[in-house]
Amino acid sequence: MIFGLPLLSVAIWLPIIFGLLILATGHDRNAPMARKIALIGSVLSFLVTLPLYFDFDKTTSAMQFVEMKEWIKHFNIHYHLGVDGISVLFILLNSFFTPLVVIAGWKVIEKRVAQYMAAFLIMSGVLNGVFAALDAVLFYVFWEAMLIPMFVIIGVWGGPNRVYAAMKFFLYTLLGSLLMLVALIYLYNQSGGSFEILDYQEMAIPMNAQVLVFIAFFMAFAVKVPMFPLHTWLPDAHVEAPTGGSVILAAIMLKVGAYGFLRFSMPIAPDASHSLAGVMITLSLIAVVYIGLVALTQADMKKLVAYSSISHMGFVTLGFFIFNVYGMEGALLQMLSHGFVAGALFLCIGVLYDRVHSRQIVDYGGVANKMPIFAAFFMLFSMANSGLPGTSGFVGEFIVIMGSVKANFWYAFLAATTLVFGAAYTLWMYKRVVFGDITNDHVAHLHDINFREKIIFSLLAIAVLGMGLYPLPFSEILHVSVNDLLVHLARSKI
Amino acid sequence: MSFLSTLFPAYAEIFLLLMVCVILIADLFTTGKSKSVTYLMMQFTLLGCSLITVATHQNGIFYLLNNMYVDDLMSDVLKLLSYLAVSMMLVYSRTYLMTRGLFTGEFLALTLFSLLGMMVMISASNFVSLYLGLELLSLSLYAMVALQRDSAIATEAAMKYFILGALASGLLLYGMSMLYGATGSLDIITILNAIQHGVSNPSLLVFGLVFIVSGLAFKLGVVPFHMWIPDVYQGAPTAITMLIGTAPKLAAFGFIMRILVEGMQPLMVHWSGMLAILAVLSMAIGNLTAIAQINIKRMLAYSTIAHMGFLLLGILSGGIEGYGSAMFYAVAYVLMSLGGFGMVLLLSREGFEADKIDDFKGLNQRSPWLAFMMLLLMFSMAGVPPTIGFYAKFSVLNAAFQAGHTNIVIAAVFFSLIGAFYYLRIVKLMYFDAPESHEKIYMQPDSSLLISINGLAVLLLGILPGTLMSVCAVSVQQSLMLH
Repeated sequence: MIFGLPLLSVAIWLPIIFGLLILATGHDRNAPMARKIALIGSVLSFLVTLPLYFDFDKTTSAMQFVEMKEWIKHFNIHYHLGVDGISVLFILLNSFFTPLVVIAGWKVIEKRVAQYMAAFLIMSGVLNGVFAALDAVLFYVFWEAMLIPMFVIIGVWGGPNRVYAAMKFFLYTLLGSLLMLVALIYLYNQSGGSFEILDYQEMAIPMNAQVLVFIAFFMAFAVKVPMFPLHTWLPDAHVEAPTGGSVILAAIMLKVGAYGFLRFSMPIAPDASHSLAGVMITLSLIAVVYIGLVALTQADMKKLVAYSSISHMGFVTLGFFIFNVYGMEGALLQMLSHGFVAGALFLCIGVLYDRVHSRQIVDYGGVANKMPIFAAFFMLFSMANSGLPGTSGFVGEFIVIMGSVKANFWYAFLAATTLVFGAAYTLWMYKRVVFGDITNDHVAHLHDINFREKIIFSLLAIAVLGMGLYPLPFSEILHVSVNDLLVHLARSKI
Repeated sequence: MSFLSTLFPAYAEIFLLLMVCVILIADLFTTGKSKSVTYLMMQFTLLGCSLITVATHQNGIFYLLNNMYVDDLMSDVLKLLSYLAVSMMLVYSRTYLMTRGLFTGEFLALTLFSLLGMMVMISASNFVSLYLGLELLSLSLYAMVALQRDSAIATEAAMKYFILGALASGLLLYGMSMLYGATGSLDIITILNAIQHGVSNPSLLVFGLVFIVSGLAFKLGVVPFHMWIPDVYQGAPTAITMLIGTAPKLAAFGFIMRILVEGMQPLMVHWSGMLAILAVLSMAIGNLTAIAQINIKRMLAYSTIAHMGFLLLGILSGGIEGYGSAMFYAVAYVLMSLGGFGMVLLLSREGFEADKIDDFKGLNQRSPWLAFMMLLLMFSMAGVPPTIGFYAKFSVLNAAFQAGHTNIVIAAVFFSLIGAFYYLRIVKLMYFDAPESHEKIYMQPDSSLLISINGLAVLLLGILPGTLMSVCAVSVQQSLMLH
């Protein structure tokens, strides 16, 4: 606690309050003010989350920075917040991205600026809430609430087919959530009237009920991750969303689903998790291999990165369900790294799109001649996406593959194909877009990235390289929590 | 004097009746612009009623007029909410009615008479008084639907409403007469005792019960007795639709509680099964059919049908949890529905009804604040947190789950997913599409303030629903304690 502030509450509510403040500026003639408030709000919100990292006690897996207040007495629902090594990094990641998104939309968004900025700040607060909530209903409220700003972001500022994409996004996610709600009601009654997630983790549940609970949670989280075959909303949503929306979707929202597996599915239904692990691993490997191949054929850059995200998230779920410490830690590092890398790639595509207004690979070629600095950054992030050693992309993938060798050689073999496919689709796209001769007038008139964009890319480059060269500051935070989670998973709860 | 003091718990009804007469007379002397005098008198009456209801509140359950009338916490809470709903409806609809020349003495009197009917329904403890309250409400509403005499569609709606309403009343009366035959009484407590002690013929009881449930289903508008709802909602002037769609649902909840729960608790095995069929069908047909609507009043009509399915799900789950959640659902529904129809009224102007869903296109560009309020209302109806609609659904689902109706819970969840689509479509039209007209939205300060309060209440009660939930649970619990 710094100055006695309830840090998690501040991390949740500060951006939301700023978001409402921005909404109050109203009309577009006040856009400069809306932008400034958004920047101040998002930077402040990031700064207040820093103590979460520095004051974090790395030696325990217990919940820290806990806040607990009675909320709805009738149902014994509490305003219960807390973080452990698994969740704390995602709050930081999320708060780190919000200012970047605000800066990225600084000039590009010209209509309804206040609403755009407000939506991102409110969503940032809500996402922090998802990661910090320890009460199931509180979690559910944040989980659903994050749909509303995203729905609006895709639908208002998105591309030509935005309405279809926004609807698909919302209904897909809602389907999963509602089944999760049924599971929560079951757990509430089974536990004798508690909505504490930590109580659920300790509670004995018969095997058949565990399987049903697992499936209900699976529907909610697998849609979000997204896992094959529930992934089809993602390419649509990504393609149609504005740059900022794609960044938050890829960097944070997908992580929410994976986080759900670690917080709900696996600890609450460990026996079901073990018995269904084969299915989960199969689906993950299909995502890694098949979706990787699908990515190879894409003509649209955003779609390509979207499919690459699905493929990379396959790694994450693979890491979870091989139940060893390498797999899980690697998966968590992969989540963080993918946050940085996919976010950065979407920002790169955004930079090109803002100038040329096309996402098609064929409309580019020879960009390096006109935008050398941009080409360098883009190169770094593409390399990271293909898992080059020294970048953050390598760390997670390598550790997960190491973990899966321990579990089964063929898992590792199939997972490792991503090093080939990932390099193939990313670098091939990079080659077609950036290298070669200048192909058309649009490219000939390109100008290199400005100061604003340089700041964004530099910050991300530092993160990607930093994490690739020295991942310890990240892995030491989650180490104890992961170990204890694995011990917990090894115990039967029937 | 001693007789008058025995009527103490019913002072609110008496006051209302007196005021209706005063307003009727006052209306003769007001013309044209001074209609605002009678309008203010009505608001004053409603305020007076609420004060009296609060002042005459006593802990416990009181019977008067030979057990015709009961006063308990649930009836007081429901009445207070009904006053509020009617008062809000008046604020929303004043401009609409005035520009259409419908703000007449008849309207004022019929509105208050329908409120009186609701109050009697809520507080009745005898089949006769229940029926009287119901008919007072229904007859006032039939007439009000036809208030726009030169509108063919309104007249048609009124005819449909009247005929089907009369049929439903017939069914209800038939059922009541069966129960009278089986138990020898019209008094709810005596009926309960007779059923409990097994002195009555069970098959006759169940036979009567079927008719009563059908009659109730007609009045509530649940599938397969829902056919009148869409036509009446569409045909009636929007202000009247708002009246039909809001406060009477609270009265209907009270009515069902009195008849089925207080009177026929031992027959719950029978009626809960019937209600289960009605509830699931309503959620299915209501949500599926709403998708196809292009008229927002019709869409809200089908959405009402679906919501009533949820309400029944709460009631059939039984127990304090079930009834409390159903009451909470009714309150939440009334709040959302007032906002939804209020929005239609706000957007309408002279010669323009704003009743197509396309009229909501681009609302965000015309008025971001109104669009945001409508967004809250729509998400609340869809049951998305953090709005009151989520907790309403949540508590009903929880109650149904506890009662062991897991399959119905899963069905309800799927149908609310389908329902989410058409609410989302309104949000889509408001935010993603370009407006069809750029006509300035002219709003009265009072109704625009009210819609803001209404929209924010949906959000705030969603963030802090605890108090309202407890109020509902406690009032249901106290009312059922002695039975």
